[in-house]
Amino acid sequence: MTELTALTAAGTAASIAAGDVSAVEVAQAHLDRIEAVDGRVHAFLHIDAEGALRAARDVDARRAAGQALGPLAGVPLAMKDVVVTQGLPTTAGSKILEGWLPPYDATISARVKAAGLVMLGKTNMDEFAMGSSTENSAYGPTHNPWDLSKIPGGSGGGSAAALAAYEAPLAIGTDTGGSIRQPAAVTGTVGAKPTYGGVSRYGLIALASSLDQAGPCARTVLDAALLHEVIGGHDPCDSTSIAQPVPPVVAAARRGANGDLKGVRVGVVRELAGGGDAAAYGGGGGYQAGVLASFDAAVHTLRELGAEVVEVGCPHFEYALAAYYLILPSECSSNLARFDSVRYGMRVGDDGTRSLEEVMSLTREAGFGPEVKRRIIIGTYALSSGYYDAYYGQAQKVRTLIARDFAAAFERADVLVSPTSPFVAFGIGERIEDPMAMYVNDLCTLPASLAGTPAISVPCGLSDGLPVGLQVMAPALADDRCYRVAAAFEAATEQFRPPAGVLA
Amino acid sequence: MPDPIVPPRISRAEVAHLAHLARLAVTDDELDLFARQLDIILTSVARVADVAAADIPPTSHAVAMTNVFRPDRTRPSLPREAVLAGAPAVEDDKFRVPRILSDEA
Repeated sequence: MTELTALTAAGTAASIAAGDVSAVEVAQAHLDRIEAVDGRVHAFLHIDAEGALRAARDVDARRAAGQALGPLAGVPLAMKDVVVTQGLPTTAGSKILEGWLPPYDATISARVKAAGLVMLGKTNMDEFAMGSSTENSAYGPTHNPWDLSKIPGGSGGGSAAALAAYEAPLAIGTDTGGSIRQPAAVTGTVGAKPTYGGVSRYGLIALASSLDQAGPCARTVLDAALLHEVIGGHDPCDSTSIAQPVPPVVAAARRGANGDLKGVRVGVVRELAGGGDAAAYGGGGGYQAGVLASFDAAVHTLRELGAEVVEVGCPHFEYALAAYYLILPSECSSNLARFDSVRYGMRVGDDGTRSLEEVMSLTREAGFGPEVKRRIIIGTYALSSGYYDAYYGQAQKVRTLIARDFAAAFERADVLVSPTSPFVAFGIGERIEDPMAMYVNDLCTLPASLAGTPAISVPCGLSDGLPVGLQVMAPALADDRCYRVAAAFEAATEQFRPPAGVLA
Repeated sequence: MPDPIVPPRISRAEVAHLAHLARLAVTDDELDLFARQLDIILTSVARVADVAAADIPPTSHAVAMTNVFRPDRTRPSLPREAVLAGAPAVEDDKFRVPRILSDEA
């Protein structure tokens, strides 16, 4: 790790703007770091050194010409491989899209490019974002920079690991049930899921359309906020995009950094503070003791910063896991029907004797991994005639009950807090054979996903030497509250860095 | 009120049927594995039926919106060659597909 890769995104941009360092030097330092460590981390599926240096040269040229640069111009960024990037391989972690070059840019790809960010490459992920460990990638797992034998979380394990390994100061993630926040928690980084509709979904390879939300990943709260403002805002190409200004997240992060939370009411969600489904499905463990101890200490810190801490009850949160694992498979079984061996991606068995239907079935069998097939079959079942009302319909009603729980809780509190995940990073291979044990990783992140409300994960301690995340949740469109509280907390706690020896 | 859900005991044959509907040519081993796992998963998720009553409306977005329109302006589509470049098989500037009709048709 050199001085340049250790900088924050804000610090990097300031150095480039001041002329202390060129964007090309910054890009090259990160490419060198990737070269040195990614063989062990495997955060990236594709590295675009040429494109990164070209974008960096462009920033340097614009600066030399006296043009105004955006607040993140020249800062390197790692892009999750579920986001389409024109002319750059985009696989969503699946064999079925191996070799595909998208003919267009997602809105967020276009926005980061227009802001002068330097895209280093595409990051590893669970196939089609289905998973909590990145073990479901068709291209092999990503390793946690804190301990290479551990998972980096998922589905956005590649983006989170790239940050923790200092391969990039910023990354894009997508969060359907926790895929930004849980990887952030288990890698000691920051990840925010914006209000649903706050960031365009145009050009995201869809998992569950009513839940998918792209967001920023970073090593500091302010850096995440700066990226949030670059990618956020209305997009006419996404009919669920909110036609309102981006919440003032950067101002909130700066305000929070002064460490004063006087007058802020923080609600501790009783149902997410231990026990419940995690105990039932957690492989016998429930919430890990170290996670709960870090969380309790974090609440104490918030109180010391002046926050008024209250306990709130959200009785329907215990149904979140069940509702989520009906809604998600239902929507993904429909969304993934587009992989039909006709318009893009793989085609298998087209030998002139087989029908379209046979070729389609053979292609999907060969191209999808086990978790994807499992969820497609569950979704097909849940959407079947006769079951629709009992499963998908009921699950959508549970969302209403969860949203009402949030609304009642936000009467009494400005933000809600919980651990981000019941567990710290577990060993690669430990849970992959037991789908329910894997699903329970998302226990704390699912309620905000189902309600569409914003949430952030910020590092809050270590348990057995591995990072624990604090989740801060806010009402819809009040993303700035998440950033303010997370920044205040961050300013009051030590910085968590992976042990230097792991990637020495 | 929807009918109470009978604990799903999903059979191997049912999984095979669902896989066919989803156009997945699953193997015999996968059928055994998925039937076992789906039974556990569906039993776990069936509890959604316990809570939501008939008078609860469904939710799909945090910010209510209806009838979203954008200005109807013509704009260039993607170049044909750029789109076809990603296709597994192309003929005469079109997607080429395996036969759709059976021999008897």
